[in-house]
Amino acid sequence: MSQDFLDLDALLSDEEKLLRQTVRQFTEERILPEVAEWWEQGTFPHEIARDMGKLGLLGMHLEGYGCAGTSATAYGLACLELEAGDSGTRSFVSVQGSLAMFPIWKFGSEEQKQDWLPRMAAGEVIGCFGLTEPDSGSDPSSMRTTARRDGSDWILDGTKMWITNGNVADLAIIWARTEGGIRGFIVPTDSPGFTANEIHHKASLRASITSELVLEGVRVPDEFALPGVSSMRGPLSCLSEARFGILFGVMGAARACYEASLTYAKEREQFGAPIASFQLTQQKLVDMMVIVNRGTLLAMHLGRMKDDGRLSPEQVSFGKLDNVRNALEVARSARSVLGANGITLEYPVIRHMTNLETVYTYEGTNEIHTLILGQAITGIPAFKPPST
Amino acid sequence: MRIVVCAKQIPDPATPYKLEADTHWLVRPAEQVLDDTDRYGVEMGLQLAQNSDGGVTIVSMGPAGSMQGLRQALAMGAEKAVIIDDPTLRGSDALATARVLAAAIAREGFDLVIAGTESTDGYSGVVPQMVAEILDVPALTYATEVKAAEGKITIHRQTSTGYEVVEGSLPALVTVTAGVVEPRYPTFKGIMEAKKKPVDNLALADLSVEATTDQKVTSISDAPARSGGAKIEDDGAAHEKIIELLAQKKVI
Ligand SMILES: Cc1cc2nc3c(=O)[nH]c(=O)nc-3n(C[C@H](O)[C@H](O)[C@H](O)COP(=O)(O)OP(=O)(O)OC[C@H]3O[C@@H](n4cnc5c(N)ncnc54)[C@H](O)[C@@H]3O)c2cc1C
Repeated sequence: MSQDFLDLDALLSDEEKLLRQTVRQFTEERILPEVAEWWEQGTFPHEIARDMGKLGLLGMHLEGYGCAGTSATAYGLACLELEAGDSGTRSFVSVQGSLAMFPIWKFGSEEQKQDWLPRMAAGEVIGCFGLTEPDSGSDPSSMRTTARRDGSDWILDGTKMWITNGNVADLAIIWARTEGGIRGFIVPTDSPGFTANEIHHKASLRASITSELVLEGVRVPDEFALPGVSSMRGPLSCLSEARFGILFGVMGAARACYEASLTYAKEREQFGAPIASFQLTQQKLVDMMVIVNRGTLLAMHLGRMKDDGRLSPEQVSFGKLDNVRNALEVARSARSVLGANGITLEYPVIRHMTNLETVYTYEGTNEIHTLILGQAITGIPAFKPPST
Repeated sequence: MRIVVCAKQIPDPATPYKLEADTHWLVRPAEQVLDDTDRYGVEMGLQLAQNSDGGVTIVSMGPAGSMQGLRQALAMGAEKAVIIDDPTLRGSDALATARVLAAAIAREGFDLVIAGTESTDGYSGVVPQMVAEILDVPALTYATEVKAAEGKITIHRQTSTGYEVVEGSLPALVTVTAGVVEPRYPTFKGIMEAKKKPVDNLALADLSVEATTDQKVTSISDAPARSGGAKIEDDGAAHEKIIELLAQKKVI
């Protein structure tokens, strides 16, 4: 493979390679033939969740409850192959596994796990993750959604914004302010008072459903509150899981852009020669190749650390920050190599390029990860203006 | 029903193939994949085995390498694999290959042998029929549909105009076309369990069989470059001309 310049495959076990090959095949056969059309229509056929479930993709690195229980590295590799198809497909799997199943698996009661996880792993029940609000994005601790006791029930009120899978989900993990701190709730989306409004006119991540969730006096029994956590540690640990998948995933998108532009550059002729024979084009291709290999190497290194149980959230930020911004750079450069063809959906590049603008922003913006790393190396938090 | 599926590990078709200069043998990397056409055989075997309370054994000849291709078949659900990997078998022709496969299949015992119609890297397209002959069982070939029950096997044999319904008695051998069934993806659980499944790695001496090769490839040449082709300018009636052309070529 032209893109495996550093022979990174040698770092993988046979099992990991077979798993990756399976996801690659799934992506080539089930996603790639249709994804440009989904993207143009602004849809994602969520029925595909059941096929993903059969494969074992959903919650794949969780143990028990119908989950496959793979290594974290294997989860990362699956994200990479899925995102080589489309960031929307990878987002679907990230949200289901890392943002909806993970909090139940990590903070849920035994009953909640038994009740929900097997059906979610099978793709029969789809989840979403409601943290962001209209006035609370990078600073989620400023959230306004509340949950208050009413007898043995909880009553939830508030609005969540930019929620992936919101309109297709059967349950929402809603993070809300309570008297006892920030808590997570499993909210069935057919609960009275719960509405999901799809967000239209997106120019990025179009093959993915994004929604606003409105909760007006939604009543859930106490058994639907996650007992294991009552602080921002809850949602943040979910984000750390999902970011780990992203730092692999974006290298899949970058690889797809690099490959498309390499093929194109060798075939497209101008001034009597393939454009790949111009030094300026070679510079672009080499920069892309170097980024894809380096970013994948970084991802595998972080994957091994996670498998060893010694990966810190700051190290995840390192990977999310650097791999996403570099993937975006690859996509933009690849777009330029394709010239006018680079702006059509006949080629995957512009789709990846605009998708990556979302990935740059969600799961902690580029700036927020910079500040996390800034604090890590200086010891000084710089999230708030110095005067406040 | 005991089912044996013949399956081959081949170099990844996505990478360019290399031939050795003097022998014209294919250079086989340590890492080979399951021949895509064999995914259909494996799936067919798994479905028939499931309906009849049996298991699927994979039989393969060639360098074992990392066994990635065989693991894929095991991850799909086969119970066991047998690979005959012997340096003296390098460059085997179709008949030698068939003798070795037949000996290994007989050693396992079977009610039904399933194979693809031809391998993607070799393309002789005659090995399965030779295996059937050596095992002295009927060969039902080019199946687009397979049913097996109560000692009988019934297939649809693909022809250029339709299909024939062909019946035989078990034990038998059948070759299946791509598309006979929709092959499943190996599940992640299957992939992790495949590691623990038994693989018999045999040398030629483990099978009492003679397998000398009489055929050899004397020379190879590239396929002729595609010539110009015909261009049809669209003056509004191009579709009619294209239809006419396809009809002439008996494509439609
Ligand atoms: C397609 C899509 C899907 C999403 N899916 C989900 C989901 O499923 N669940 C969910 O909860 N959320 C989801 N999000 C929301 C996403 O996580 C937020 O958009 C993100 O956290 C940023 O919040 P914001 O958009 O409000 O931007 P803001 O927080 O308003 O940021 C605007 C700009 O200001 C910068 N900024 C903010 N604070 C600082 C600071 N202290 N220093 C320097 N710069 C700063 C930011 O980096 C950014 O550049 C999704 C978003 C998108 C676009």
